[in-house]
Amino acid sequence: MFAAAMAGVLVTMALALVAAARGPSVFDRLLAINLFGTKTVLLIAVTGFLVGRPEWLDLALVYALINFVAMIALLKFVRFGSLGHDDLDAER
Amino acid sequence: MGRTLFSSLMLALTWLAWSGHFDARMLGFGGASVLVVLAITHRMERLSGMDHDPHVGPGILLYVPWLLWQIVKANVGMARILLAPRLLLSPQLLRVPTSQRSDTGRALYANSITLTPGTISLDLNNSSILVHALTLETAQALQDGEMDRRARRCEGRN
Amino acid sequence: MGAIDVLSWIALFGGAFFSILGAVGLLRMPDFWTRCHAAGVTDTLGAGLILLGLFFQAETALVAIKLAMILGFLLIAGPTAGHALYRAAHAHGVPFGPETEVLAANPATASPGSLEGEHGSD
Repeated sequence: MFAAAMAGVLVTMALALVAAARGPSVFDRLLAINLFGTKTVLLIAVTGFLVGRPEWLDLALVYALINFVAMIALLKFVRFGSLGHDDLDAER
Repeated sequence: MGRTLFSSLMLALTWLAWSGHFDARMLGFGGASVLVVLAITHRMERLSGMDHDPHVGPGILLYVPWLLWQIVKANVGMARILLAPRLLLSPQLLRVPTSQRSDTGRALYANSITLTPGTISLDLNNSSILVHALTLETAQALQDGEMDRRARRCEGRN
Repeated sequence: MGAIDVLSWIALFGGAFFSILGAVGLLRMPDFWTRCHAAGVTDTLGAGLILLGLFFQAETALVAIKLAMILGFLLIAGPTAGHALYRAAHAHGVPFGPETEVLAANPATASPGSLEGEHGSD
């Protein structure tokens, strides 16, 4: 049962990688990579259940947090060309 | 004040659920992290000018099940489009008006639009949201304004 | 096999199905903006059903609570990251597909300019 779900998640991740490689724009790639990241969260959770270690959910949550922060950081970098840009100062 | 207490309680419960350790030292770390998170949140709210914004009220408890049902329905609609041999798309770009009083309410509405597949929010200002819809039907469903009204009812008092 | 296991099977299978469907959509859709909708299928019902399937298999209440919290986080953070991406792409001027129609509440102002006019300066 868990193996079937895991296979589904892995196929999704493979397709997301193909989409990321295809592009064409940087935003298409980011969209695919974001999808890949959220599927990783599910992969960790499902694998945890598969091997009888539901504690892995902690890792899944941490990965979800990292993925979110990384996504925002990547977007900021794409938009401003640096990570140090201060939005609040710019809008004032 | 009430909302600071509520946030602390929720943060403490979250910390307890994920920690699973109950000795004095770990509880101390937990208490410290709750305080740090509260401090950072207050600073962020002050800097972004959202410190007078209401949080979501109890109406959210009715809204979430309704939204989940909308998500399921929208996904079935997307499945029908994606499984068809030819993609029948009629992409729409539209601006939907928002009736929420607060930034919190608008953020909730915009998030809900993005959460239901078939419509995504591109940009928002104080009175409307720029939406991209995949088909004419999803665009028209949004223009009915039911989600807007329901999201407005979730806004709490200050 | 109990009723819970059957529910779990249905949810996990459905989750895998919608997950793959969204990824296939990502490859089938013609332009960036339509691809965003396909990604939404995977992120909402795909992730939701898989976590629901795991939820039925949770042996302790704590595991069930953690699963619910992960789903809650994904449902809040997903559209937030998504909105940041769409906003960045829109500000960057990623083109809309050729068939894209512009709708407005008032038909008299239904031109792309009227929609873009209120757009922020960032």
